[in-house]
Amino acid sequence: MSEDGHHTNYVKIWAILMVLLFVSIIGPEFGIRWLTLFTAFGIACIKAYMVATKFMHIDKMPSFVSYIVVTCLVFMLLFFSAVAPDVMNDTGSNWVKPTWVAGTENDWVTVGGHMEDAGHGAEASHGESH
Amino acid sequence: MRPIANTRSASGMPTGLLAVWWVVGSEIVIFGGVLAAYIMGRLTHDAWAIQSANTNTYIGAFNTFVLLTSSLTAVLAHQAAEEGNGKLAAKRLLYTVGGAVLFVCVKSFEWYTEISHGFTITSSPFWSFYYLAAGIHALHVIAGGIIMLVVANKVKKGIDMHHVELIGIYWHFVDLVWIFLFPLLYIAK
Repeated sequence: MSEDGHHTNYVKIWAILMVLLFVSIIGPEFGIRWLTLFTAFGIACIKAYMVATKFMHIDKMPSFVSYIVVTCLVFMLLFFSAVAPDVMNDTGSNWVKPTWVAGTENDWVTVGGHMEDAGHGAEASHGESH
Repeated sequence: MRPIANTRSASGMPTGLLAVWWVVGSEIVIFGGVLAAYIMGRLTHDAWAIQSANTNTYIGAFNTFVLLTSSLTAVLAHQAAEEGNGKLAAKRLLYTVGGAVLFVCVKSFEWYTEISHGFTITSSPFWSFYYLAAGIHALHVIAGGIIMLVVANKVKKGIDMHHVELIGIYWHFVDLVWIFLFPLLYIAK
């Protein structure tokens, strides 16, 4: 539905989404990392944009709707940026992540600049249900 | 007749439409938080990459196809409702519900297969996140399907035709979440 009275061809939009889906499935088959990332996540962003604009008509909604959506996206990014430095690092200025937090017995933990098997770390807890 | 608030002059849009977008906004934070937490874990634990190799990409792709097609029928239902054709809108909503049912059935089969192979919610952190994210999404699919049935039942009688757009927006968002879940859980291996 568009304000100028011209109906959007939703079946055409769906067909484009199908092609994009096919490309995103085929992309990883080549085994090239950057290609996989682009076809998987880049195409996901394109599909999401198409669904949001062509199906949800977010571009035709009052600007208040965009404010709601953008604000919530910002909060999500805020969460990620606040938590990631703690979760994704094993050491900091004055702390070292205990091995039972850092990962399973199969993970390697970087402690004090050298690698050691998490399973043999001082605080490794055996039988952890991971 | 009792007055019913159905407009909001501050935002310039009807109450129901504003409410649905608020729901979408809150769901962005919920799903975004889960996905952000998954990404953090995925990037820092190589074991997750090994575990994720056990998800079935083709089942995930089929479910993506089902949801995208159900989004098409949902927006076509909206188109019919705008044209005042309640019966056609209800029929297209029922097609969308059919997509929801198919999605849940395929997901159930997939989980049955994975659980029978020992990949349970307590197997590893990857599988915990997998069942959490996909499970919360599936609950939203089920809820959306139920609401669509209620709306279809009213719309076929010509009542509350604007509800088709509202449930449609919710359904497209459920589809949107899966568009990001699919590459994260099924392709990034």
